[in-house]
Amino acid sequence: MKFKARHTFFILSVLFLIYTISIYLEPYNLNNNSAKTKNIINGKLVWQKYNCQSCHQLYGLGGYLGPDLTNLMSQQNKGEPLLKAMIKSGNKQMPAFNLSDLEMEELISFLKAADNSGSADPRKFRSNSFGMIEKE
Amino acid sequence: MNLNKINIGNLFLVTAIIMLLVGLCFGILAAFTYLYPNFLKENIGFISLRPLHVSSALFWIILGGTGCVYNGIRSILKIEFSPQIAFIQWCLWIVAIIGIFYSYFTHQFGGREYWEFNPVWALPIAVAWILFIINFSKAITNVKKWPVYVWMWVTGIVFFLFTFSENYLWLFPYFRSHFVTDMTIQWKVNGSLVGSWNQMLYGTAFFLMDRISNSKQVGKNNLAFAMYFLGLFNLMFNWGHHIYTLPTEKYIRYIGYAVSMTEWVFFAKIIYNWKGSLNEIQKNYHYYPYKFIMAADIWVFINMGQAILLSIPAINLYTHGTHITVAHAMGTTIGINSMILIAACFEFLKPNLFKNKTNSKYLNFIFWLLQLSLFIFWISLNIAGIKKGIWQMSENQISYSKMMETLTPYFIIFVIAGFGLLISFFAIAIKLLKNSTNSLIINKF
Ligand code: HEC
Repeated sequence: MKFKARHTFFILSVLFLIYTISIYLEPYNLNNNSAKTKNIINGKLVWQKYNCQSCHQLYGLGGYLGPDLTNLMSQQNKGEPLLKAMIKSGNKQMPAFNLSDLEMEELISFLKAADNSGSADPRKFRSNSFGMIEKE
Repeated sequence: MNLNKINIGNLFLVTAIIMLLVGLCFGILAAFTYLYPNFLKENIGFISLRPLHVSSALFWIILGGTGCVYNGIRSILKIEFSPQIAFIQWCLWIVAIIGIFYSYFTHQFGGREYWEFNPVWALPIAVAWILFIINFSKAITNVKKWPVYVWMWVTGIVFFLFTFSENYLWLFPYFRSHFVTDMTIQWKVNGSLVGSWNQMLYGTAFFLMDRISNSKQVGKNNLAFAMYFLGLFNLMFNWGHHIYTLPTEKYIRYIGYAVSMTEWVFFAKIIYNWKGSLNEIQKNYHYYPYKFIMAADIWVFINMGQAILLSIPAINLYTHGTHITVAHAMGTTIGINSMILIAACFEFLKPNLFKNKTNSKYLNFIFWLLQLSLFIFWISLNIAGIKKGIWQMSENQISYSKMMETLTPYFIIFVIAGFGLLISFFAIAIKLLKNSTNSLIINKF
């Protein structure tokens, strides 16, 4: 049993490493066709620094107290003004945050980039015959 | 201090139980903010309570798993490991725990879903884990034919270190240059990390079954090995089911979906085993630790059934980002991981308590209070989730805050059931920790 078990373990691990490396190469493949500005990348760090994800989601991934913010920037009557207002004064469980002007600018760039990356609205998806979902 | 005299496995278990109690307190405080938005808002607030709760709960599971593996090596395999290395490992964990708690209280966050902290504190954990690997591998090279639970422990321990390190790739600008890939790797990590401690704990459950039934059968048969490899396969490849709506590469989503569907095999096996195990249940029912293994079995059934359905993208679309995901996460950590750990704690910390197989009314009451509270807890989260799911798919949405208000009754039930969990876990922990100093001192095998 042990001998066979070792082989199976080894084969699965090799497949896992190949899969892992293919994912690690993605930024390399993607960077060629999309120029990323420094603000967007730093904006993600601002998002992390203030732990927005403990209450908010991007693409449905994150905390469950506040709304998903993936497409905040393009939502009617929301976008930048609402973001600034919420950060300045908070509401319900959301505390006010003290962001520097630069941090605010970077956060806005990041959320704009998130918005441009696609839609997180589940109503925009349809399932195909395999049961997999695709954007309309 | 003579380290050779300290039972390190039990030291880890006792520390884990304390983390469980701490985690429950943070959890109940965090849950309160659902009902009273301003509760503790100006001091710690949900922003710190949530990671405090998550980290404490995971310390319970990871330190508990470590304690089980050390105890397992010692008592069944009759193999010694270096107590010095194990003790340094424990000290490093204590340093990390203090540091992590301190950083939450001072609002320094990792800010990533969902086990996150200031990355500095990942260092002592990583070093502790490397020491664990050294200690563990020295011991198991002496074992000729590995039973399946040793394979599971090896898998859990090795993959934990790999995925835990992977969790910090974002510190390199290359990996965070594209946020969709960054999130993909993050959920690859989350999926596999959970898989790793599950391997450590399922291995422990196998090991306990062998020990309780006094046979060496459970850990050696081919079916057990087949199931182990299916579990490993899922640990490696099924995590794509977390990110169906994320605009990442198509193949990741299809692999996640296809691999998740192989879990129906586990499900079928549980049902198939059901009849055969009735005899076993009757024979061992009066044995308290066994009750928890049995409870874990039933929670595996419920949670796995749900998880497989959620892995179907067309269904996932409705449940993604709702409290159904929370129900699943809590249902598995409490119902499966914690039940196995409690069984193990009784077995290792209180080996004499059930020698004459007495049936304590008090302990039975606590057992059922725990199961009932968890069931209500789980149901209330699921209903809240279903309601949010319907909301997020409806064309004429009321506002987010109005929708959240309609969920209040379920959050009230959730908090009450949370209290039930708190009370029953405390009662169990007091029983386990009473006179536990004895169990920290090594007696002969
Ligand atoms: C402790 C939880 C919490 C944290 C942390 C938090 N928020 Fe919020 N946020 C909320 C809640 C709850 C709401 C909904 C408030 C309401 O119903 O009016 C909200 C609403 C918002 C809104 C309005 C969204 C909408 O569609 O109406 C924005 C924008 C926002 N938050 C941004 C942020 C950002 C950026 C951060 C991090 C700097 C952050 N939040 C951190 C809880 C939180």
